[in-house]
Amino acid sequence: MTLRDGMHPKRHQMTLDQMRAVATGLDAAGVPLIEVTHGDGLGGSSVNYGFPAHTDEEYLGAVIPLLSKAKVSALLIPGIGTVDHLRMARALGVHTIRVATHCTEADVSEQHISLARQLEMDTVGFLMMAHKADATHLVSQARLMEGYGANCVYITDSAGYMLPEEVKAKIGAVRAALKPDTEVGFHGHHNLAMGVANSVAAVECGATRIDAAAAGLGAGAGNTPMEVFIAVCNRMGIETGVDLFKIQDVAEDIVVPMMDHPIRIDRDALILGYAGVYSSFLLFAKRAEAKYGVPARELLIELGRRGMVGGQEDMIEDAAMTMAKARGLI
Amino acid sequence: MTPKIKCAVIGPGNIGTDLLYKLSRSPVLEPVWMVGVDATSEGLQRARDKGLKTTDQGVDGLLPHVLIDGVQIAFDATSAYVHAENSRKLTELGVLVIDLTPAAIGPFCVPPVNLAALLGRGEMNVNMVTCGGQATIPMIAAISRVQPVQYGEIVATISSRSAGPGTRRNIDEFTRTTSRAIEQVGGAARGKAIIIINPAEPPLVMRDTVHCLTETEPDQAKITAAIHAMITEVQKYVPGYRLVNGPVFDGKRVSVFLEVKGLGDFLPRYSGNLDIMTAAAARTAEMFAEGILAGRIDLKPVAKAA
Repeated sequence: MTLRDGMHPKRHQMTLDQMRAVATGLDAAGVPLIEVTHGDGLGGSSVNYGFPAHTDEEYLGAVIPLLSKAKVSALLIPGIGTVDHLRMARALGVHTIRVATHCTEADVSEQHISLARQLEMDTVGFLMMAHKADATHLVSQARLMEGYGANCVYITDSAGYMLPEEVKAKIGAVRAALKPDTEVGFHGHHNLAMGVANSVAAVECGATRIDAAAAGLGAGAGNTPMEVFIAVCNRMGIETGVDLFKIQDVAEDIVVPMMDHPIRIDRDALILGYAGVYSSFLLFAKRAEAKYGVPARELLIELGRRGMVGGQEDMIEDAAMTMAKARGLI
Repeated sequence: MTPKIKCAVIGPGNIGTDLLYKLSRSPVLEPVWMVGVDATSEGLQRARDKGLKTTDQGVDGLLPHVLIDGVQIAFDATSAYVHAENSRKLTELGVLVIDLTPAAIGPFCVPPVNLAALLGRGEMNVNMVTCGGQATIPMIAAISRVQPVQYGEIVATISSRSAGPGTRRNIDEFTRTTSRAIEQVGGAARGKAIIIINPAEPPLVMRDTVHCLTETEPDQAKITAAIHAMITEVQKYVPGYRLVNGPVFDGKRVSVFLEVKGLGDFLPRYSGNLDIMTAAAARTAEMFAEGILAGRIDLKPVAKAA
């Protein structure tokens, strides 16, 4: 996730050289699948989410030719990206497409998942904000995605809200309901420091794909920090194929120096996990605090109360203005 | 009794039924036919209860009655897939077709922006873009009429309950059609549309955010005035159209935050997205009807393709 979720804390401004350095380092460390796009997926370049330093085509074109064993994944959120973006990614040599919806709205992904399957891509259905639906509902949504052609379905803890028991219940339910050939994956955020524990719980309940980021570079308080997860897996005898010392070196020598600010569970990132708010809202909330005078923490709690889902960055400025007016600040 | 223009609604679903309720209130439109494909449809029964003739044989069931019953305007609220055929059959009989699907074979129509210009052009098919387009393109047009807009982006958020199977299957078409209309009707050099479905309970009222990037420093006073004037225009047929916040000026960015609440005719009030479509379609039909009644507009059958 370093080069896709990691684009969020970098405001989508990674340089091509940074992408190349991280990608080749991850490849050498044995990471099998590397996701590369704007933080909000193919087509995410916008006022709403931020304009990136380079286009998806430029990023993918810079990384794909350099990899020897690792494959590249692209994220696609229907409503933001379209099947045209999917075709573009395929033409560039992207191996895996991950079609992401809010966890209750899987049926918007039918045309994308089925096209990806027709194009013979490794096709993943990605159920975001999975803390917002119970296991039964997640199972029905996962089955829809499997039915459209997904060969892997992810339970995604976009807000870093879930605790290990919830992860076990939901991964377990989805694992039991899907066909044996359909893989199950887990994507964690570290907002409550549960990234590694949740990922281990997911593996124990049948997940075979785990998202992680070197030095945790990802939205909010970051994704599951990969080097830590690998160390824990080694201790537990879980085979990952990733070399611990090499991934540590990528994290320490390449990723940490790239950070604009330390990826840590600060006052606001903790609230993302506590209140169940989409992790990419973090920097937007901090900017709104600076502009309108409403504390980011209170803004995030309000967004959680309103039930905002991924992609609703516009509502951050809107809520900040409404709250600032109510407080007589503007 | 003032004469009214007779019309037909194709598609007795949520949109078709809500449209029927609006047409029934119109001083210049008289809904006479509801067309469906399913004999057991509740929508067809509702239309019969309101005194309409119905058919469950699709548009083919309506065609033999068009001239005898004097049907002059038809609304297609079915799907993009069947729209072209529906339109061809009806326009050959001189019926004006108002397209509420994303098929967009005719020119885009956003009433407060370009309806007046469309009226005198002999068009027999006009397309209502998308719900997000109807809600946001008036704002983009208001801004681009003050100064050039290099880029116009809209973010439409609708409640899960007001996103039916058609919307869900056509999500890409939504973004593409809306982006094109942002450019062609809104006047932005480049357009982008984003749609988000939110399942919160109680259902959220439709929200629309418009972000424009102007080519030169925005004239804040003129743009603000233009935005408010346009909101007043839209409120004439969508009273629940409201400016929540903004306009926000940040460098060359101009952002407007809107809410669209429906009238609650048939659809619940939170389905502002569906209501703005039916309201815009009804308004469009009314303007054409007024032109026909005044003798300014003469609907001509479209010749059969050789």
